Amino acid sequence: MREQKNIFYNIDWITVCLFLALVLFGWMNIYAAVYNDEHKNIFDFSQSYGKQLIWIACAIILSLIIMMIDVKFFPAFSYFIFVLVLVLLVAVLIMGSATAGSKSWFQIGDFKLQPSEFAKFATNLAIAKYLSASNIKIQDIKTKLVTFLILGLPVLLIILQNDTGSALVYIAFVFVLYREGLSGNVLIIGFLVIVLFFLSLLINKFLVIGVIAGIALLLFVYIRKRRKEITMLVGLFILTAGFVFSVDYVYENVLEQHQKDRIDVLLGKATDLRGVGYNVNQSKIAIGSGGFLGKGFLEGTQTKFNFVPEQSTDFIFCTIGEEWGFTGSTIVIILYVWLFIRIIMMAERQRSSYGRIYGYGVASILFFHFLINIAMTIGLAPVIGIPLPFISYGGSSLWAFTILLFVFVKQDANRLLLL
Amino acid sequence: MKAPFNDRKYVINIIIFSIGAIFLCRLFYIQIIDNSYKLSANNNALRSITEFPARGLIYDRNGKLLVYNEATYDLMVIPQHVKDLDTAELCKLIGIDKEIFKSRMEKAKSYSYYAPSIFEREISKETYGFLQEKLYKLQGFYVQARTLRKYPLSIAAHTLGYIGEVSQGLIENDNYYKPGDYIGISGIEKSYENELRGKKGVKIMMFDVFNREKGSFRNGMYDTVSVAGIDLTTAIDADLQAYGEALMKNKRGSIVAIEPATGEILALVSSPSYDPNLLAGHDRSKNYIKLLQDIKQKPLYNRALMAQYPPGSTFKILNALAGQQLGVLKEDSRFPCSLGFHMGNINVKCHNHPSPCNLEQSIQYSCNSYYVYAFKAILEKSGYKKTSDAYNKWLDIVMSFGFGKKFYSDIPNELTGNIPTPEYYDKLHGKNRWHALTIYSLGIGQGEILVTPLQLANFTAILANRGYYFIPHIVKKIGKTKGINKKYTTKQTVKVDSKYFDIVIEGMDDVVESGTGTGAKIKKIEMAGKTGTAQNPHGEDHSIFILFAPLKNPKIAISVVVENGGWGATWAVPIASLMVEKYLNKKVDRVDLEKRMLEGSVKY
Repeated sequence: MREQKNIFYNIDWITVCLFLALVLFGWMNIYAAVYNDEHKNIFDFSQSYGKQLIWIACAIILSLIIMMIDVKFFPAFSYFIFVLVLVLLVAVLIMGSATAGSKSWFQIGDFKLQPSEFAKFATNLAIAKYLSASNIKIQDIKTKLVTFLILGLPVLLIILQNDTGSALVYIAFVFVLYREGLSGNVLIIGFLVIVLFFLSLLINKFLVIGVIAGIALLLFVYIRKRRKEITMLVGLFILTAGFVFSVDYVYENVLEQHQKDRIDVLLGKATDLRGVGYNVNQSKIAIGSGGFLGKGFLEGTQTKFNFVPEQSTDFIFCTIGEEWGFTGSTIVIILYVWLFIRIIMMAERQRSSYGRIYGYGVASILFFHFLINIAMTIGLAPVIGIPLPFISYGGSSLWAFTILLFVFVKQDANRLLLL
Repeated sequence: MKAPFNDRKYVINIIIFSIGAIFLCRLFYIQIIDNSYKLSANNNALRSITEFPARGLIYDRNGKLLVYNEATYDLMVIPQHVKDLDTAELCKLIGIDKEIFKSRMEKAKSYSYYAPSIFEREISKETYGFLQEKLYKLQGFYVQARTLRKYPLSIAAHTLGYIGEVSQGLIENDNYYKPGDYIGISGIEKSYENELRGKKGVKIMMFDVFNREKGSFRNGMYDTVSVAGIDLTTAIDADLQAYGEALMKNKRGSIVAIEPATGEILALVSSPSYDPNLLAGHDRSKNYIKLLQDIKQKPLYNRALMAQYPPGSTFKILNALAGQQLGVLKEDSRFPCSLGFHMGNINVKCHNHPSPCNLEQSIQYSCNSYYVYAFKAILEKSGYKKTSDAYNKWLDIVMSFGFGKKFYSDIPNELTGNIPTPEYYDKLHGKNRWHALTIYSLGIGQGEILVTPLQLANFTAILANRGYYFIPHIVKKIGKTKGINKKYTTKQTVKVDSKYFDIVIEGMDDVVESGTGTGAKIKKIEMAGKTGTAQNPHGEDHSIFILFAPLKNPKIAISVVVENGGWGATWAVPIASLMVEKYLNKKVDRVDLEKRMLEGSVKY
């Protein structure tokens, strides 16, 4: 086996181009979101867009470094990196500085580092490493337990940081596990759980139960000959009913006030546009006012005058929607979907399970961010503060996503060299 | 190497595509179909700031300022932006109590949650000073500059009129006006509203989330510049107007003075009047209600244009002219008078004077009997078989003098007066059942006939011009160059030939020299006048005098009505005479008479 000298050898240029397009378009919108007449210079490093320019430069350097590192490095050091990040997650709980209620940052001078962003990458390495081992079958209980442990450790630490949004991202691994053989029922059940949760909050619980009972009855008529399945059906019904009734308890006792508020806003139960509903309302106004072609670069009045909070980070999509309109939003969504599909295609062409699993992890993590972030800005999901990959302002997230992606690009470039 | 569960990639791809599609549908809905977000965005960040132009100034004929503007401030509120308000402090600042605060806030909210409305209007300069310092604390409030009308001489209230908040009905019909705008409500403020108001400008400004101004929207692409109103020069002579108002103090009635050669109104006095400053500024509505409720004095009522009186003996002049025109009166036509006219059960009293009079004397002595005969002759001997035809001929002449109709002049609210039509008498007495002696009182200016002081003054101007007039008007010049409406410079000729005027004017000259109006005499000024006494069934008769001077090349024609003034000679004659003296000589020498008139009052 011969290592290629040229670091761009066999590289997937489509992925690289999609990555660059998103990063650059993201930077333009950060510039627009922060823009004001006094600070026009794009190299003004006191402004977010100036800083982001540095983060982007660093990210590109990072990607080049990754392309130069031996392709076997990351598979070999997967667990090591995972443990290292776990240590960082613990450390941040002790030494980190708190912003906006989350204790998830290391403050080093002017520079802030958020280990939880890197934890996704590290977890993905660990999962890929574990599941690609030759004797591992996902159907085994033991495998499931270990996988759950690998996922659970960072999730637990991140929840302790009070950063629920970032913890939720780990749900994305369901897609990876599904691809590797986890029962498809998991996806269906997951989907049903979400639907039932919101349904129970939105309409009368007995009505929900009634509908479920109706469905169960129809199924019963259909399968009445098979005793075993009837038992299962009854069990499922009891479980479902129990879940529906537990929703209230979860809502009242497990969720925190701001989480409840966000759910209320999504469901239209809270209409206080000055209070809890403010973000989402302003976000929708910004995007909605963009129209077909948008208001034009730097012409967005909503974002420019800070009507939308967090507009360069979590609500960056508002700026895109307002200034570039439906056209720009569509292009961004197409770029993302194309990137995800491309990564999955690349994952499928890997010769090693490690490469495939890792690739699926990349696609899943990115997709989950995309799903939650955009759904939140257009009022389809409750407000969950996670960034839009490659576009949102922030060094840690940009670097973490870049590393996540380029480790896979490197794997893919060298897929033929690996057995 | 082919992994198991290979086809699961399709499921995952489908999920990704579906989410993408859902997002696109949602974006299509909120960005293209639903327009409410666009509106919200504009309401959020854009605010149109109205720039109110300075209203046009108003000058008198000599360039004296009658109306100017003073800066004032309105406190505006945008309910949407009101946050963490220290209500007590705001109330203290503008001097209102909590209840008023609440009700105003409710009113503003019910008008619009997003658009600004006036919270407190016309804040004094002092309050503005305090307010300015605290404004940063009052989120949702801002101050808008406005102008306030000021009347330095405090005269001519009725003529100048006043401005007030535009009515709801007008807002709906005229999209120039927005709630809270001012509009001329009466006087020339109303009739020259379009010239005076100028053009409002709109500046679209951007505001950030903290309600801080962030400059002009799209570099002012949608802004319009305000254009100041046009200044007006009126025909009013401020000194004469002020003098007239002083003379009419404690009397009810009016003075109208016209320059005969142009139809320009030199003075338009209606008494009782009010200080025009009362109807401008902060206490306008309070003062307005006070003036409106003064039923006894009716200060808002413009008697010069709206009061209608029987013209009394002044009307004899018109009959003298009409009679000549219709060929029934000559200079030497004489009619008997034995202390009045007596025929059948008709008795018209007259005072003691040489009899029978010729035409000139009939005016000098204001002989009642003469004009009953003269009117009888007009209706019976002017060559028409039917009384109504002769009457129509007479009516035609009378109307040509501007009686019985409006001038449609530039001072709003004039009334027509009343000259009865033949149809009216047909209805009253039956068709062809009326004749000269049924309606004889028209001959001496009594009966159904009613004229306004403005019509009387214009009549006097016609006499001065010997047969024509220009529609009486207040405004002389619009702006620096623009002339006034052509109709004011078009000569209106009456239907009596100019040659018939001389004898009548001689008679009017005699009135002043040695007749019923000798009190009007002024040294070295020859003039022509006629007294009148309008019968008043409700009390003392109204005193009327018309006068023009000088006799040759007249400069001023004037009508004076003093309600319940009794004989013309008592009040109306001296007042008219003093006005003429003031106007022609620029000073008054007859100090005693002046003092008597200034201090005198008529009991009501």
